Amino acid sequence: MDLHFINSWYYGLSPTGQLALWSVVKIAIAIGVLHGIAAYAVLVERKVSAWIQDRVGPNRVAPPFIKYVPVLGPILTRMGIFQPLADGLKFMLKEDFTPAGVRKAYFWLAPAVAVIPSLLVIAVIPFGSQIGSQKMVIADLNVGILYTFGIVSLGVYGIVLAGYAANSKYSFLGGIRSSAQMISYEIAMGMSVIPVFLICGNLNLNQIISWQVQNHWLVLYSPLSFIIFLVAAFAETNRTPFDLPEAETELVGGYHTEYGSMKFALFFLAEYSNMVATAGMMVTLFFGGWTLPFGGLDQPASGIGIAILQILIFLAKVCALMVVFIWVRWMFPRFRYDQLMDLGWRRFVPLALANILITALVLWAKS
Amino acid sequence: MAITVDRKPLTFWERLYLPAIIGGLKVTMRHAWRTLFQGGKVTMEYPEQKWTLPEGYRGAPYLVRDQEGNTKCVSCQLCEFVCPPKAIRITPPGNNGQVDRPNAEKMPLEFEINFLRCIYCGFCQEVCPEEAIFLQKDYSLTGLTRQELVYNKEKLLALGGVSPGIQKWKHKLEEAKEQETFPVKI
Repeated sequence: MDLHFINSWYYGLSPTGQLALWSVVKIAIAIGVLHGIAAYAVLVERKVSAWIQDRVGPNRVAPPFIKYVPVLGPILTRMGIFQPLADGLKFMLKEDFTPAGVRKAYFWLAPAVAVIPSLLVIAVIPFGSQIGSQKMVIADLNVGILYTFGIVSLGVYGIVLAGYAANSKYSFLGGIRSSAQMISYEIAMGMSVIPVFLICGNLNLNQIISWQVQNHWLVLYSPLSFIIFLVAAFAETNRTPFDLPEAETELVGGYHTEYGSMKFALFFLAEYSNMVATAGMMVTLFFGGWTLPFGGLDQPASGIGIAILQILIFLAKVCALMVVFIWVRWMFPRFRYDQLMDLGWRRFVPLALANILITALVLWAKS
Repeated sequence: MAITVDRKPLTFWERLYLPAIIGGLKVTMRHAWRTLFQGGKVTMEYPEQKWTLPEGYRGAPYLVRDQEGNTKCVSCQLCEFVCPPKAIRITPPGNNGQVDRPNAEKMPLEFEINFLRCIYCGFCQEVCPEEAIFLQKDYSLTGLTRQELVYNKEKLLALGGVSPGIQKWKHKLEEAKEQETFPVKI
């Protein structure tokens, strides 16, 4: 009876209405999953860093009732599964303090400006094939990758604004470093993916995945592109060895020195969401997106089971790349500022240009 | 006599930065593997596991009793005087003060150590002529109020336990008993 009512309501909608409805559902789920991954990436970060440094990592936090669960409860507690919940709760309950000397409007605006681009990027990434007739991508744009680069470059504004608004020299230095770094590596990043489009002849991310289904993963065709993209991604997401904007040892906390409670949490969220989005982008461009080259998993799904399996494949690939991101952080010392600029402008930009040229020549010779 | 350090120029392979990356990945991988699967963690999980304290560790100072359960402290107040952070406060018995056994001249009426002030330096133990106070192996003193961390004589004696050593009052008693017989045999 109820189902019938919902059905008649749904089919009564115009095609635009149906699109809007599905988009809202997909956005809600995608952002929920993104936040979940971001929260647990923090836990993985702490655990992996602990293991690398011969420690144990978070192993205490548990809600009160969990100790009555026999075997599973202690195991989950030792794994620190509840740590992100406690962290989130702590951020919510902390006093939202605004220092006296800050430029208030910008100070309040900056975390939002930082977090929004990081969430917008996932709009064009195909995270699955299809469920029913719905494509598992929020916006199937024909210029998907251009949109991504456009949005990613907005990410720097939040950081620069935070550095400017805080009226503190540490924040300011963090903001300056961030703007220089992001602009430099954006160029290398943008140029590194051009060979991919030369090979595929398409900018639509779904089409790139189907090209990889017919041939092989693009990382095999253009490994240099992948390496440059990976390094630039580290720089774009402010991860070690490119974490100059938030260099704890030099700048206290970098651009978010003056922030606390939920506003700080938003910067944190932005950083990890950026990591997830970049990992998703790399999976799509170089590792075949939601496909696996066997078992018929590379064709659009007909049933809901296969569709969910394909989404899980995508998430597994993303998580694998996230672990690489985290692993690398605990291995490298930070670059000096001039080394950073040298690496960006004098190594990667020429390398990316040469990569474009060579790819174009090879393709021309082949045709 | 400056020493010239021989700096070999890096080879092309080394300048690529890749050998360093691979080396770093190997080191971190090895450590993570050891910690996870070979019990290589170097940390201890504190409240459950505690480290064995070395001999001569300077923990909290407590008052001790002799083998017969008598208070050794004679309220001379040397420890109170020497205590650098002024953590010790002794209330002397005054005239005709109470003692808990024959021949003892003086006992502290009250003996307090404020463990919020104590710096565990061991001067009280060094200065004590009666060997009545010892730094023991407690290091984790906690309380919910300031008052809770001021330990009184009763508590200090209960925590301190028994320690042999100088037994001045036992010898005094023996001496006194000898006085009653004649000739004196000392």
